[in-house]
Amino acid sequence: MNSEIFGVIFMFMATVVLAIPFGKYIAKVYAGDKTILDPVFNPIEKFFFRVSGINGTKEMNWKQSMVALLTINLVWFLLAMLILLNQGWLPLNPDHNPSQTPDLAFNTAVSFLVNCNLQDYSGETGATYFSQLFCFMFLHFVSAATGMAAAAILFNAMRERTTDQLGNFYNYFIKSLTRILLPLSVVVAIIFMLNGMPMTFEGKDTIQTMQGDTVQVSRGPVAAMIPIKHLGTNGGGWFGANSAHPFENPNYLTNMVEMIAQFLIPLAMVFALGFYLKRKKLAWMIFGVMTTGFLCLVIPNMIMEQHGNPEIARMGIDMGSGAMEGKEIRFGTPASAYWSILTTVISTGSVNSMHDSFMPLSGMNQLLAMMVNAFYGGCGVGILNFYIFIIIAVFISGLMVGRTPEFLGKKIEAREMKIAVMVTLLSALLIKGGTALACYLFHRDPSLPWLNNTGFHGFTEMLYQFTSCNANNGSGFEGLGDNTPFWNISTAFVLILGRYLPIIGPIAIAGILANKKYIPESAGTLKTDTLTFGIMIFAVIIILTALSYFPALALGPIAEYFSM
Amino acid sequence: MAKRQKKVPLFERSLVNDAFRQSFAKLDPRIMFHNPVMFTVEIGTFVMAVVTAYTLLASSTSQGSPGYNLTITFILFLTVLFANFAEAIAEARGKAQADSLRKTREETPAKKIFPLGDLYVNEIKIVSSSELEKGDVFICETGDIIPSDGEIIEGIATIDESAITGESAPVIREAGGDKSSVTGGTKVLSDKIKVQVTTQPGESFLDKMIALVEGASRQKTPNEIALTILLAGFTLIFIIVCVTLKFYADYANTPITIAAFVSLFVCLIPTTIGGLLSAIGIAGMDRALRANVITKSGKAVETAGDLDTILLDKTGTITIGNRKATKFHAATGIHEDDFIKACALSSLADETPEGKSIVELAGKDVAKSLSLKDAVLIKFSAETRTSGVSLPDGKQIRKGAYDAIKKISDKEGNIFPAETEKIVRDISSNGGTPLVVSENGKVTGVIELQDIIKTGIRERFDRLRKMGVKTVMVTGDNPLTAKYIAEKAGVDDFIAEAKPEDKMNYIRQEQHAGKLVAMMGDGTNDAPALAQADVGVAMNSGTQAAKEAGNMVDLDNDPTKLIEIVEIGKQLLMTRGTLTTFSIANDVAKYFAIVPALFIVSIPVLQSLNIMHLHSPESAILSAIIFNALIIPALIPLALKGVAYKPIGASALLRRNLFIYGLGGILVPFLGIKLIDLVVAIFI
Repeated sequence: MNSEIFGVIFMFMATVVLAIPFGKYIAKVYAGDKTILDPVFNPIEKFFFRVSGINGTKEMNWKQSMVALLTINLVWFLLAMLILLNQGWLPLNPDHNPSQTPDLAFNTAVSFLVNCNLQDYSGETGATYFSQLFCFMFLHFVSAATGMAAAAILFNAMRERTTDQLGNFYNYFIKSLTRILLPLSVVVAIIFMLNGMPMTFEGKDTIQTMQGDTVQVSRGPVAAMIPIKHLGTNGGGWFGANSAHPFENPNYLTNMVEMIAQFLIPLAMVFALGFYLKRKKLAWMIFGVMTTGFLCLVIPNMIMEQHGNPEIARMGIDMGSGAMEGKEIRFGTPASAYWSILTTVISTGSVNSMHDSFMPLSGMNQLLAMMVNAFYGGCGVGILNFYIFIIIAVFISGLMVGRTPEFLGKKIEAREMKIAVMVTLLSALLIKGGTALACYLFHRDPSLPWLNNTGFHGFTEMLYQFTSCNANNGSGFEGLGDNTPFWNISTAFVLILGRYLPIIGPIAIAGILANKKYIPESAGTLKTDTLTFGIMIFAVIIILTALSYFPALALGPIAEYFSM
Repeated sequence: MAKRQKKVPLFERSLVNDAFRQSFAKLDPRIMFHNPVMFTVEIGTFVMAVVTAYTLLASSTSQGSPGYNLTITFILFLTVLFANFAEAIAEARGKAQADSLRKTREETPAKKIFPLGDLYVNEIKIVSSSELEKGDVFICETGDIIPSDGEIIEGIATIDESAITGESAPVIREAGGDKSSVTGGTKVLSDKIKVQVTTQPGESFLDKMIALVEGASRQKTPNEIALTILLAGFTLIFIIVCVTLKFYADYANTPITIAAFVSLFVCLIPTTIGGLLSAIGIAGMDRALRANVITKSGKAVETAGDLDTILLDKTGTITIGNRKATKFHAATGIHEDDFIKACALSSLADETPEGKSIVELAGKDVAKSLSLKDAVLIKFSAETRTSGVSLPDGKQIRKGAYDAIKKISDKEGNIFPAETEKIVRDISSNGGTPLVVSENGKVTGVIELQDIIKTGIRERFDRLRKMGVKTVMVTGDNPLTAKYIAEKAGVDDFIAEAKPEDKMNYIRQEQHAGKLVAMMGDGTNDAPALAQADVGVAMNSGTQAAKEAGNMVDLDNDPTKLIEIVEIGKQLLMTRGTLTTFSIANDVAKYFAIVPALFIVSIPVLQSLNIMHLHSPESAILSAIIFNALIIPALIPLALKGVAYKPIGASALLRRNLFIYGLGGILVPFLGIKLIDLVVAIFI
């Protein structure tokens, strides 16, 4: 077998093999069982709780948890704005980069806060070491932990009992940091440093090239930030070129580690759900649906990219190693194609190749991955997004077996449906509405300096930007001139709405359901851990989400594909 | 259990005419507003009418030809009309069914008692039944039709309820106790009763049911509301799809006509289920009524589909109400053969199942050798509670309950043999019923009657078990007998030596564990349990209190009806689910019909998406909306009859329905739209 393809299969299998025991570990952490890291972190946590005056053991209902979540998020936002607007004179700025403009700072602060990392700036010139570490890296950790804590509340709410007490948000949050994210980051950072990733506080280095030119090379404490960038499915890189940059992703090994790292927690969360609820079959069903969706996107991409670009081939250029435009030689086509879908199905948004240069239908698959945003999905939030689809699928198929719908022993009624429908509507509105607004503005004034490509591809760039923001993904179809007030501000709002409502919605549903009477299973109850139900969820996802973008995709990547 | 089969053709001419008129009346936006999906289609129709007018008046052809626009307007209008028709025909059928039941009890003469009459106190005058008000008292004698629902306050009578229940065997109703209720339209066969009217004219259960069906007081059930929210959500999503598409098209310099936008929108929103949703709900109540069950709310039918536990009375449900003779116990000193002969003799002319069973047990030879010439038959009466025969030679054979015969025996001054008394006790404790026989007031022995489990009941319980419904037998028998019968009948649990409060406690206990419970009852002491149960079915013969407490009334007084009710509920929910699935699955084909049609003119490369090879953009759009409109009437029969329920387990059921309605829902429109396109292409 082609060794490049083998590398991809190996990466996938390795992640699954790692994710199962890790999921078991996560389930233990959230269940409050003893873990080996307790002796190290318990005293530290106690100290934090004492200093902050927060009671980490008080049970909260879903509303209290969400208030806590939004409150600490607001504090971080203000902190991030403060740093970005003043980074120019703050310490750790050896390259003397300026402070960010208010609209850029707003966009940047929001996009890191919501685990998106859109990055309308370039790390080398737009940020300082101080902002990279204390704003970006900090938010990498806490935004990931926010999503995971929300997922932990969901897990708790899905248990077989009737209560409104769903654990303590702060406890889940801090446990996510100390028991999961921090230790893993340390391990990954060591691997990166051994592979030559820079870890220095010195400013730009000056080197002389072979031609004798002098070149300034940016660097910094990169190895500290890159592990959590992936583990927390953040994706906001140190350098503008993200993981295509040699310092951010030096070789094939680091490439593999980065891919496994970003994939690990979203996957492990699925298994954690199974271990936590003692419903392993349910977890495998969810894993099956997600993996089917993932494979439907990634396999065509790898094939299309390997085939290369027919237009370039027509020019007589060899396409033997696939469509290499925008890709790194050291990673090759299959690994780049695999990464492009991985980073979009989960909401990382880091790139090791330029999505703008992919084949049109590969670009479409990247878009679809983000539009669905629940084939694995982001750190913690992926399972929340999937939960909405479960609720809708349960509702329809519950009726089909002749009972009013119920999920894990709880009846799904009008209120839950209302919330599920609103969350689904929201993503449709944000992506489609945002793109429509951009189209409208551009149509009115085609002289706007946004699009480096016009026509179908330009449309895809705009669609991609809003899709990426709504999914809190953060990758871009570069080529869009997005550091303008319109894009900075409009996308920031999409980011906020696309982050918090899809967290609050599922938690609210789960919270309401948790408080309902538990109905024991009978022979007439719809089983949700079966292949049939998996097919049902998959169909709901495809018909409700993916297909509703069909008209838009027809005008973008599909039209571009048929024009080639 | 002779059930009246009421087969009404799905589309009876008179009903169709009525429904047709109603479907126009329902176009009123104030009514349409309650159905968000179809309301948007009505708005779309209106928009298209304006566009058609515009294309007629303006010379511009940018919006397509007037004829094309008019056609689309017309098809959209038909879509709305079809949906209204579905609802109207369901209403009409339900109403017709209820009306036919109501007719039996209208305009019968009533012998009303006026406490202060023109001439006397308690004067009896004949008035029309429609003039009877709640609280009035009337009398009925042999041969009278009872003019109104009521409760017997004096007397006892045998009543023929076949007009309502279809059951030919007369029943006994008497003042006081649980059998005091009479139904309007039934006939008094013997004796005389004084009845107090219990319902105001126009407020009987049937009247309430008709109001429910007609929509005046019909409220959406919780599940219907949740489904409507989901469907409204889909509708909003497709509004977003269509509105934003306008801006994308502007960017791509692709003009799209209003007709195309409206068509795309109408095709994508779930019009099929949106149009049929209320018809499905009404049809559920109607099916219940056809099974002779009056439901007091649509919610009750829905809940029936969810039931986890049902409480069934042993007698009449699990066992044949009338027990069968299984053994003769002659008293000491009485020759066995003589005793058997006497028993057979007293039962020869007895038409009751018990009587027949006694003759059967005695054997053909014995029966043949006996003669009833010149004998006087003593029929069972509610007063004496015995029956028998008086022979020409003066011999009086009587059989009856222990205490009734004891009374006769005591009257004659005979001592009731202690040994016979023991047999009586033994039989009772083994779940049997002792029938004591006396000859001229002297006890000669006991006939043992035993419960006979109904044939086929075990299969029905198996069926329920596969549906996930637990069956509980309620009986006054001792635990040993109860256990024996429970095991034999295949019920999951039993309550022995049940007192009314035991039922109540059992229901509470099950509900506490999160289960939905149904029970059937008739007595006043059942009323609290009927009210507590999630589905409480009161027998029509039961007391007014029981009927008020339950949320369904069974006109047949048939305890096995609960099983049917569960299936009706499940059918209702399944029909909703499958048609929703079908409706949404249809979108796949519709996208592939319309989306290429929208863009082909300005972006010819997108012709490749026209996988159905539809003739032209116009024909593609027309075919899609024609299919969309026609599928509604095509599915009306399914909506009215309901999807067949098969107790094959939830997963298998989902697989089956997903295959038929999901996969079918994806494939059928591809075929349908292509076929319609072939026809439409001829005209374009």
